[in-house]
Amino acid sequence: MKSFDLVVIGGGPGGYVAAIRAAQLGMSVALVEAEDLGGVCLNWGCIPTKALLKSAELIDKIKQADKYGITVNDYSFDLSKMVKRSRQVANNLNKGIGHLLKKNNISVISGIAKLLGAGKLAITATADSSKASSELQAKHIIIATGATARAIPGLEPDGKYIWSARDAMTPKHLPKSLLVMGAGAIGMEFASFYNSLGVQVTVVEALNYVLHVEDEEISNYAAKAFTKRGIDIKVATKVLKIERHEGGLTVHLNGGDNPADAHQQLEVECLISAVGVVGNTQHLGLQNTSIECDNSFIKVDQWQATHEANVYAIGDVAGAPCLAHKASHEGMICVEKINGLEHVRPLNKALIPGCTYGSPQVASVGLTENKALAAGHTLKVGRFPLAASGMAAASGDTEGFIKTVFDADTGELLGAHLIGADVTELIQGFVVAKNMETTEQELMDTVFAHPSISEAMHESVLDAYTRAIHI
Amino acid sequence: MPIEIKMPAITPDFDVGNISSWDKAVGDKVAKGDVLVAIETDKAVIEVEAESAGILGQIVIPAGTDDVAVHSLIGYLLIDNETIADLPNAPAAGQPAATPEVLDVNPENASSAAVTSAPVITQAKELDDKQPQRLFASPLARRIADQHQVDIHALKGRGPRGRILRADVEHALSTKGPDAILALPAASQSSQVKHNQIRKVIAQRLVASKQKIPHFYLSVDCEIDSLKSMLKELNANAPKSLNSTTGSKEATYKLTINDFLVKAVAKAMEQEPQVNSSWTDTAMLHHEDIDISIAVSTDAGLITPIVRQANTKGLASISTEISQLAATARNGQLQAHQYQGGGFTISNLGMYGIDNFSAIINPPQACILAVGAGKQKPVVKNGELAIATLMNLTLSADHRVVDGAVGAKFLSVLKRFVESPAHLML
Repeated sequence: MKSFDLVVIGGGPGGYVAAIRAAQLGMSVALVEAEDLGGVCLNWGCIPTKALLKSAELIDKIKQADKYGITVNDYSFDLSKMVKRSRQVANNLNKGIGHLLKKNNISVISGIAKLLGAGKLAITATADSSKASSELQAKHIIIATGATARAIPGLEPDGKYIWSARDAMTPKHLPKSLLVMGAGAIGMEFASFYNSLGVQVTVVEALNYVLHVEDEEISNYAAKAFTKRGIDIKVATKVLKIERHEGGLTVHLNGGDNPADAHQQLEVECLISAVGVVGNTQHLGLQNTSIECDNSFIKVDQWQATHEANVYAIGDVAGAPCLAHKASHEGMICVEKINGLEHVRPLNKALIPGCTYGSPQVASVGLTENKALAAGHTLKVGRFPLAASGMAAASGDTEGFIKTVFDADTGELLGAHLIGADVTELIQGFVVAKNMETTEQELMDTVFAHPSISEAMHESVLDAYTRAIHI
Repeated sequence: MPIEIKMPAITPDFDVGNISSWDKAVGDKVAKGDVLVAIETDKAVIEVEAESAGILGQIVIPAGTDDVAVHSLIGYLLIDNETIADLPNAPAAGQPAATPEVLDVNPENASSAAVTSAPVITQAKELDDKQPQRLFASPLARRIADQHQVDIHALKGRGPRGRILRADVEHALSTKGPDAILALPAASQSSQVKHNQIRKVIAQRLVASKQKIPHFYLSVDCEIDSLKSMLKELNANAPKSLNSTTGSKEATYKLTINDFLVKAVAKAMEQEPQVNSSWTDTAMLHHEDIDISIAVSTDAGLITPIVRQANTKGLASISTEISQLAATARNGQLQAHQYQGGGFTISNLGMYGIDNFSAIINPPQACILAVGAGKQKPVVKNGELAIATLMNLTLSADHRVVDGAVGAKFLSVLKRFVESPAHLML
């Protein structure tokens, strides 16, 4: 039986980062992966969808070419090439992870790992296989198995009419119409992509807002922007029933409290379900340990330790927010704590940025205005429209605004909420600021380069203190 | 140009101080490094040295002046054959000097030391020892400290490389002892003998303690004959080293009962960690480190330097540390980190022959131990009268933090250590 200082189960952005950090700290490390290195994020999530959205963005730009003085007489797109490019990007990065792991002398083991207790693990080729292909002994075990889209009874993906996220990332043809269930980040990104490609998209959300974790103003702005692009958004609406028939689906909707909206009926060709995720714990053999779960997610402490000694969980399987960068960071913190490094700080979830891609993009960090008020803060709130930004005007991307929320007493930056083109790259300025515990003063004193969209960040801060120059 | 001597910023948070004395008189030759002036802060007297050589040309603010703002002009140093005529407020040529503070300086007396262009030539000794002085604290931490008048320099940062974060300030606020607070009540205008800063702080802390903390007291007599013989034996066998000043060989340590008590209290706190806690309005703070404050009487008043992590230290190092801290305290030279904090205080009046007394808790600590004198007394042992050396220990405890039973357990553990010191080895 091979023995390691650390065995990481799952090679996604949580697992492989934890493995590399552990190797840097001198541990002998094995990483067990059932499918592809890089996990859902790299292979079937963040990365391939961003590749597809880039194609969609180009289409959007071509549609506006005339605005920039460019005459495009005709254009067409090849869906299969778009998909091929996105798969290529994912494959290249996947290989890159393999190289990184090899460079760090990490043993990559293909298979499914099952905990046997007392630091022992059985590796099997498939989940059902009872015969272990090998056994491992580990001083420490990190579970980083991620999460899977929540399955809804009656909505099991068939690859034809009801699509899984993978189906939606590898379409063979463009449907005429598409229903997206769930207006979270994943749902809105698919909605945005297929809308850009000319598909009639309807989004159904049970809650009252699209992107409901975002600030209410941002959600409302996003809903309007997506509606303007031709996406039909139905909030406070539930899917009651779906009938499959040749050529598509009949979807029965219940429009919430308003009786006038009740029992709508919708004909669509395809449906994507994006209503949350569940933790991947079913094959881990948790019954052999004292690990406790909250629904499908493993319970951990601030250092990612589970209820079983020397077993840790990071990333999606350890609970929300289910974000790749949260997983990576938890992986590093967990490994550093195991190694007794000084100055390891538990992850402060208020400092984890959230990004939604598509058109427009949405990015945020910290408290929304409503949550800040609910937490008892007296607020100063600043807003700056990108329409007033010189750089945004020059780029022709004036949709969106930047909102900043400060504690009126201490000047603490409580939250920042951005919507508009490329704001997912801007948010990091506020994340660094928050992590350094800056107040409005340092942000006001910071020189922002001109011309840049980032100037709007500065103006938003100034506006919170009624000092904005350009509005 | 004569160099302006300005009131130095002794610590970065230091706003005003008292000029306690000028060590040089007007006209005195000053060498670089000579002590020019002594500045009194709320806790210590700091000697300020000259950074350039020259002649003290004028004293602008005389000794005994209180509340002199940092960067105020307090005097002039003449350099490079300058005379009082070079002073900005010098009398016009040909007229006699108007102020007796200004002395006509003979150019021959002036030193020819290198000229420095620095406008402030003085620097506190303390600063020299502790370079770099830059405070690492987040802007939000500074802002909150400022708003609540918390002395941010007294805080221990728990951020990367000791950076002080908002949580550290909030922690200090929740344990808000007067030590962490800059603001002091205004001095009484009508008093005949003005309070010095130390007196003010003592008064404020003790009043707050007696008014706010529900004290209760537990008292126990300990037989210290074994302890005394153990210390005697240890001291007799102490290694000797050459004292460079006296030229004679001296023992490297002389352990006292007080040194032993610091260790014994710290070990007893390990067993009863509740004692090492502080009350705050919202939560009980349990301190990780066991830091013992020692009450030291100085001419200026009481001060409590700290033996940090006393539970981890040996008797000899505790003894050496206490001697050094006490000497520094009596010189008024303690630095803030040497007296701020602490989880428990020991006050020993045994050397004055006091049998027993009840001390006032040193907030935000929860307990203080009052130690009396060891005296031979009749005791009954196995139904017969015998003689033993008894020492009284009286614990004052904050009942919000420490219940009677906890205090009693702590004291009984401590009594066991004191009566049979071998238990400390366990």
